[in-house]
Amino acid sequence: MDLAYSPEYQAFRDEVRAFIAKHGKDAPRRFGVSRPSGDFLAWQKLLMANGYAARTIPKEYGGYGAEPDILKSRIIAEEFANAGLPTGLSGQGISMFVPTLLELGTEEQKKKWIEPTLKGEVIWCQGYSEPGSGSDLASLQTKAHEDGDDFVINGQKIWTSTAHAADMIFCLVRTEPDKPKHEGISYLIFSMKTPGIEVRPLTTMTGHAEFNEVFFTDVRVPKTQIVGGRGQGWFVANATLKHERGMLGDPNQAGTRLKEIVALMNKETLDGQRLIDNPLFRDRLLQLQARVLAMQFHGLRLLTAATKGEDAGLARLIVKLQGCELNHQLAALAIDALGELGVLYGDSPHLRADGSWQHRYMFDLGLIIGGGTAQIQKNIISERGLNMPREPKPAKV
Amino acid sequence: MEFGLSEDQRLMQDSVGRTLEKVSSLDRVRKAADAREANAQDIWHALIELGVPGMLIDEAHGGMGLKLLDAALIAEALGRHVAPVPFIASAVMAPIALQGAGSAAQQEAWLPKLANGEAVAGVAISERAAGAREGGGVTAAGGKLNGKALFVIDFAAADIFIVADKTGGLHLVKASAKGLTKVQLTTIDLTRSVGELQFDNVEAEPLSSGDAKRALRRMLDAGRVMVAADTLGAGWMMIDKAVAYAKERKQFGRVIGSFQAVKHMCAEMAAELEPGRSLIWYAAHAFDELPEEASLMAAHAKAHLSEVGRFVARTATEVHGGMGFTDLLGLHYWFKRIGLDRQLLGGPERVRHEAAVLQGWAAD
Repeated sequence: MDLAYSPEYQAFRDEVRAFIAKHGKDAPRRFGVSRPSGDFLAWQKLLMANGYAARTIPKEYGGYGAEPDILKSRIIAEEFANAGLPTGLSGQGISMFVPTLLELGTEEQKKKWIEPTLKGEVIWCQGYSEPGSGSDLASLQTKAHEDGDDFVINGQKIWTSTAHAADMIFCLVRTEPDKPKHEGISYLIFSMKTPGIEVRPLTTMTGHAEFNEVFFTDVRVPKTQIVGGRGQGWFVANATLKHERGMLGDPNQAGTRLKEIVALMNKETLDGQRLIDNPLFRDRLLQLQARVLAMQFHGLRLLTAATKGEDAGLARLIVKLQGCELNHQLAALAIDALGELGVLYGDSPHLRADGSWQHRYMFDLGLIIGGGTAQIQKNIISERGLNMPREPKPAKV
Repeated sequence: MEFGLSEDQRLMQDSVGRTLEKVSSLDRVRKAADAREANAQDIWHALIELGVPGMLIDEAHGGMGLKLLDAALIAEALGRHVAPVPFIASAVMAPIALQGAGSAAQQEAWLPKLANGEAVAGVAISERAAGAREGGGVTAAGGKLNGKALFVIDFAAADIFIVADKTGGLHLVKASAKGLTKVQLTTIDLTRSVGELQFDNVEAEPLSSGDAKRALRRMLDAGRVMVAADTLGAGWMMIDKAVAYAKERKQFGRVIGSFQAVKHMCAEMAAELEPGRSLIWYAAHAFDELPEEASLMAAHAKAHLSEVGRFVARTATEVHGGMGFTDLLGLHYWFKRIGLDRQLLGGPERVRHEAAVLQGWAAD
């Protein structure tokens, strides 16, 4: 156990701090919800040039080409978070598609797509879930039949965030209808401007259209635009989902949220008494603080395992379940401490923090469901972490 | 930056675990509980062979001079095997008191004996750690103690007691001292000995060579981390037993571990308990390396493991169905160990209040 960073890493931290001191004032303050704005594209370019974004992506594909070093990545994330600065662009193109392409794409695909994606010039959306295929994703029904050199796609996707703003989609379709469900799927990439695609915004309980439905009617895609080969889509998708689950349940987000609640409870009053002086709310705060600390240290433990190339096993499998639930509980405490003020929303008078606690409370529920529901996570934990048996197949009906 | 155990620590954990698996079997634990053995001698001697009683005592006094994280690994193993032996008071809290506030003569007289297992020390600080009940509290005047101390840890086998008075002063009292009455308390957990000391003008040596207030704080912090680690070990054994049972027990023509209702209970237990391990590691590390964080982290580890430990104890019992409720299966020894851990050295509500005070969020 040694929580100090070696001189090499301290020097790297100093470098990052110097960069922030020099350029922090140029950082864009607000994330674009869908397409990055011009100032964000400029910021991304600056970060890429200095190795603070696309750090470990090979140079030939437009990245910075640094050796993967988990500690350095963490130092960058920590210092940017401490300075309140946005790190590089994220989103499904950069966080999920690029790693998948690096692992399984052809040389031509890597050359063509990775660099413009990293720069924020090409925005991607993910076409996985369908109305009838959520937790049982492999049952997906969107069909792609062969016609000459093309696939012709018909079907529907749902929960497609950023589809309305995306240039491209990476999409799971059924190309081999006669094969068992896991073996009949292919991973296609195509333009969202292809004729026959209709995007309808899907308004959620938050009142915002954070997702879309995407309809395909005779959408023609050249057969060459497949990643990982015909019938290999399920394998390719699992490589991508691994990257997604790494994004969800981040304990540092919970740490930031806890600090905001401490500030809120020190500032807001009820009957003239600060909320922090209310023993019931304070006790809930302390309970959640212990959970945040436990998850943060748990994150350090996983980080150490990763730097040693060890699989942390069960310890890794619980992060999405616990992290998303913890964020949800933090939002719940903020709302309860604010009481009636906590239910104000939209543009109401007396609104606190732009109504973001209610928004987070609802959106977090979406995250508990999305990316593999809490129940699917519990199946994974029990089957892969505790070696319990899978559910037996039911008799055919 | 490395957040994890060293190779030496893993080896130690393995060897203590393997030893306890052999010597502290369920049959042996049951025998010790039935006979109210305060210190199961065969288990105690196996631990002496491994240097456990002296692990935190400096080498000059015959110990191993290890850190609290090492002790936390032992506490976890003892909890896992519900070992009926002294540890938290005798091997952790009392040595910290003697090393922090004892005179050279006091250290010379007791540390080597505690290290080689010849003597056992109990600790009487419950009134300071968990609050006074039943008129508990000890006053010190003119080298004599009066009053009573409840929930004394590692009680029955103790040769000496480290006693905190009402002002936070520490005293060393011999178990044979005149005017001292020992009353055994029976808790749900028959694997550990807890008792009451009644003082009638009892002669005591003050521990006043160092900073006694700080020594008391350090004892309490270390003790809380140990209790948390005990719960971690006991909790994981309950999960392992629940998973094994669920993979064996058949109903409706299939093992119950293939039902999602049962699998999800097991997954929830593991997901709730496992991050507590990192919190304990950090708290133990902070005790030695980050003193300004030590009390807060010890409090959080204690309170958090109390909460998730309770959840695991009841849920693992439920996974076992009716068998979990029987004496025959013996699962209750772990359930009760976790139950005592929760209240020892301060229940979670009290400990969280202390954590609030430490951060300036509440008045003392």
